[in-house]
Amino acid sequence: MATYSTSDFKGGLKFMLDNEPCVIMENEYVKPGKGQAFSRVKYRKLISGKVVDKTFKSNETVEAADVMDFDLAYLYNDGEFFHFMNNDTFEQIAADANAVGDMDKWLVEQDICTITTWNDNPIAVMPPNFVELEVTETDPGLKGDTAGTGGKPATLSTGATVRVPLFIQIGEVIKVDTRTGEYVGRIKK
Amino acid sequence: MNWLPNAALAQLNARALMLKKIRNFFAERDVLEVETPTLSQSAVTDVHLHCFKTSFVGRNISDKPLIDGGVPLYLQTSPEFHMKRLLAAGSGCIYQVSKVFRNEESGRFHNPEFSLLEWYRVGFDHHKLMDEMQSLLTLILECGTPTRCTYQEAFITHLNVDPLTAGIEALKLAGAHLQLGEVLDNETDKDTILQLLFCIAIESKIGQTAPCFVYDFPASQAALARINQDDPRVADRFEVYYKGVELANGFHELNNSQEQLQRFQADNLLRKTMGLAEMPIDHRFVACLDHLPNCAGVALGLDRLLMLCSEQAHINDVLSFNIENA
Repeated sequence: MATYSTSDFKGGLKFMLDNEPCVIMENEYVKPGKGQAFSRVKYRKLISGKVVDKTFKSNETVEAADVMDFDLAYLYNDGEFFHFMNNDTFEQIAADANAVGDMDKWLVEQDICTITTWNDNPIAVMPPNFVELEVTETDPGLKGDTAGTGGKPATLSTGATVRVPLFIQIGEVIKVDTRTGEYVGRIKK
Repeated sequence: MNWLPNAALAQLNARALMLKKIRNFFAERDVLEVETPTLSQSAVTDVHLHCFKTSFVGRNISDKPLIDGGVPLYLQTSPEFHMKRLLAAGSGCIYQVSKVFRNEESGRFHNPEFSLLEWYRVGFDHHKLMDEMQSLLTLILECGTPTRCTYQEAFITHLNVDPLTAGIEALKLAGAHLQLGEVLDNETDKDTILQLLFCIAIESKIGQTAPCFVYDFPASQAALARINQDDPRVADRFEVYYKGVELANGFHELNNSQEQLQRFQADNLLRKTMGLAEMPIDHRFVACLDHLPNCAGVALGLDRLLMLCSEQAHINDVLSFNIENA
């Protein structure tokens, strides 16, 4: 099994810890002028999503994680699995609800998502940063309001709820930032 | 191809101004500026310092056997050994601004090649040298009056444990709330534990508003300092911290050749058990020590000093070209 030493540590490196694949978010090299060097690492556990800090002694090693990222198009949900397809090879992959987590509310057919696999099994699904979704439910608002303070809740076609400006009506398509869950703008047809 | 420097051009001016102030400071005090070699046939034995090694392939300059047709040479990790040979020869007080080289060191506060100001004051002990350094730091950093505390006080204040009397288990208990996990739980070397706890729990707390001098380090971390005459548990060594940055390390210099040689040999023995290469002891340096006048010396990292002066977050922001761009 491949290993990484602390000198290989950098943002994005994927490794195994406590039988769970993890990805390094930040790595800081710490060394007293006279004394032992350490690496202070902030990493995310890829299955639980927890963010953890850990200090390693320099030259300690960790096991590499067989983790890969694929950009795949979302196809459909059959009630149990979410199906994705590689648009070049037409190969399909199915992710279960655990892997998708609460990202299901941002899955739009044909949108390209990043699927992370560990030992060929999907463990995480990241939707695109921005998605376009139709408003299926919201209170009628007043005309002339601008996108500023206030707003009202709106339910989207996937079941997601976001705050939108008062002028947004049922049936309109809006752009949402999936990282923050915030309304970005109205898509004019 | 990107050929531009790392530092903004204004940083070049800031560095030049800092160097000018430093040279004026020592000129006013009659401390002589010197230059010593960057390449040496001997090297530092400290297990935590890693030398760059190269080879001289011209005329045979050494009486030792050639290795791969050349004489092994090491880039200095500090100019200390050569500067002490000058002191032992009667130079009087000296200072040097030089490039030093440490392999394996790269990060926010580390570049493998960096600038060091090192100076020695004949007739000073480390307390008197701290007084002088205080003047230099307030001049360059335009900061408040530095504070001082012993290594022991720092641990008692921030971790509620006495580093001089506590055993390994007591230290681990004192650091348990830091949630360091295996790196603390599995460690068997007391000095490594002390260094870890200091890095994590103390360095970020002290010297936040003005530089802090920490002195009386444990005797086991004496390096090239004298053991304290009144308390043999500590060495006459100090360090300076400001805003979470380690700036300097100073000693009341050991001038006993036998004791220094024993420390170097102990380092090499430890290197052997750790699977590290033993380093060629600098016997010229050892031999000079019995002639070294009573003196104190300190090394100050100039790139870090400049970072603090100009409020830069990364060492790359004050270097013309960092190692990745060199």
